[in-house]
Amino acid sequence: MSETPTAQAFTDHSLRLAQIANPQSEIVHFPAHEPLPLDCGAKLAPFSIAYQTYGTLNAAKSNLVLVCHALTGDQHVANIHPVTGKPGWWDTMVGPGKPIDTDRYFVLCPNVIGGCMGSTGPSSINPATGRPYGLDFPVITVADMVRAQARLLDHLGIADVLSVLGGSMGGMQVLEWASTFKDRVFSAVPIACSARHSSQNIAFHEVGRQAVMADPDWCGGRYLEEGRNPRKGLAVARMAAHITYMSDDALHTKFGRNLQDRERVAFGFDADFQVESYLRHQGLSFVDRFDANSYLYITRAMDYFDLAADHGGVLANAFTGTKTRFCLVSFTSDWLFPTEESRATVHALNAVAANVSFVELKTNNGHDSFLLHEPELFNTIRGFLRAAAVKRGVAGAEGWLP
Amino acid sequence: MNVNVPSNTIRATETSRVDLLLIAEMVTPGARVLDVGCGDGTLLRLLAEKRGVDGRGIELSQAGVNSCVAQGLSVIQGDADDDLVDYPDLAFDFAILSQTLQATYSPRHVLEQLLRIGKRAVVSFPNFGHWRVRAQLLFGGQMPQTDNLPDRWYETPNIHLCTIKDFLDLCKDVGARVERAVALNAYGRKLGVSMPVFAQNLFGEQAVFLLSR
Repeated sequence: MSETPTAQAFTDHSLRLAQIANPQSEIVHFPAHEPLPLDCGAKLAPFSIAYQTYGTLNAAKSNLVLVCHALTGDQHVANIHPVTGKPGWWDTMVGPGKPIDTDRYFVLCPNVIGGCMGSTGPSSINPATGRPYGLDFPVITVADMVRAQARLLDHLGIADVLSVLGGSMGGMQVLEWASTFKDRVFSAVPIACSARHSSQNIAFHEVGRQAVMADPDWCGGRYLEEGRNPRKGLAVARMAAHITYMSDDALHTKFGRNLQDRERVAFGFDADFQVESYLRHQGLSFVDRFDANSYLYITRAMDYFDLAADHGGVLANAFTGTKTRFCLVSFTSDWLFPTEESRATVHALNAVAANVSFVELKTNNGHDSFLLHEPELFNTIRGFLRAAAVKRGVAGAEGWLP
Repeated sequence: MNVNVPSNTIRATETSRVDLLLIAEMVTPGARVLDVGCGDGTLLRLLAEKRGVDGRGIELSQAGVNSCVAQGLSVIQGDADDDLVDYPDLAFDFAILSQTLQATYSPRHVLEQLLRIGKRAVVSFPNFGHWRVRAQLLFGGQMPQTDNLPDRWYETPNIHLCTIKDFLDLCKDVGARVERAVALNAYGRKLGVSMPVFAQNLFGEQAVFLLSR
């Protein structure tokens, strides 16, 4: 990589490390005698969940909206991010007067277990050794993440949620929530996701993991103790992944074959093209805010996700008896989680006569559409949430403007 | 909200208020209802207001679906030909096909599916046997265009038009029991029940059927 790390980057790195044990978030510590049982058979104990909230929980505790973040997201949905100093990842969606209106709803977003922003993950200290877990951290699943979130709600004294929303891996958590905790989920909005991770997506993840592990600075996963960081490997992983988040069309529109700060190609391997420069920037800025081992663990959790397999091979069985109101959203230009994947979930929900809405939105921005300014997405979410609040009898909801 | 709904959908919903009210009349209060081809959700809203139904919809056009979901209606993007097979038997009290049968690829298959997933089916369609339609073809020698069927032959979504008599034959073929059949004239008035079928087929501009198996 031609860019050299700047002083700013190093500052960010230490800021990031500070978030592991002392996040700038609310945090709940579950003591050793309250372990989290995991799908792999191990128990995680003690464990912590860091989370952010926005808005106010009403007296009936009926206006909780749970937001589940994606692979490289975190709990900082709608506040300035403590590491990057940038607005939260769903700042366009969540806030006063926004589609997920914090004047109406109490919004909660936990950092997933396995993450690196305060919830227990591979960079947390392993109580058995006094050192960071590294690869001693147990392999976690999407179901494990969701069970941990349920424990957080238990701790907060919240029985059920008005709605659970999320895109990509966040959407997988939404489906898992709706399947495992049917009575606790009044409505669910899985966006740009699938009930099972496709072979192609597993393949892309494997490329990313191999890139991380090929970096000598990864040190077999022990880089924190060595005072090193597999920046190059993780940056390459991010670059490959980032391509899958955009559409061919969007890349072409944004960059075409435009050259970067030069009149003609340089006959070398610097970033001649704007798209190369852009990807390098994406890769480098990512490593300043994300942990390499967390990337390994969370991509693995997505790979293992297969809701049908957990229910005798029939996806509909995952939703038998559901009373949850569903709203699925897909994007025409998303080739990572194409519309057919959402449609398969819709078919399964129809098979159990569930209450389901499904919107395929015409966009040019690929998988990342759910994070961007998409007015049709905003209208859909705003309208669906309001209707859910009215159906549930949330105080005042009848008077809210659509 | 500015939603781009295809012109034929808007015209259908504006001019057929009476047939929608008639459908609402046939639906029992609080029923579970599936509206196949629900457009911008006009009928679903009406059914929710007048009958307090638990309503769902299927709609082909993205604009229609988005508009419905943003209004809080439960609607999926899909079509009658392909997506009804996923529903279990008798999942709904009423499966409604309002002004959509003539636009499906396989009306017979769709009707059978409606009768499978709904305890009852309600089907409304423009009657191609209406005298004005017959007259245009007979005297004008061209494909008819009426208020109910406003599109030119080469741009109409209506690929399987039928008459009231044709539809009665289809009901017989698929073993559907006609519980109620109402023909509406051009002014949206119900034709007298005592009127023989040939007269209804001549003077009815549209028809609404309540069917069961």
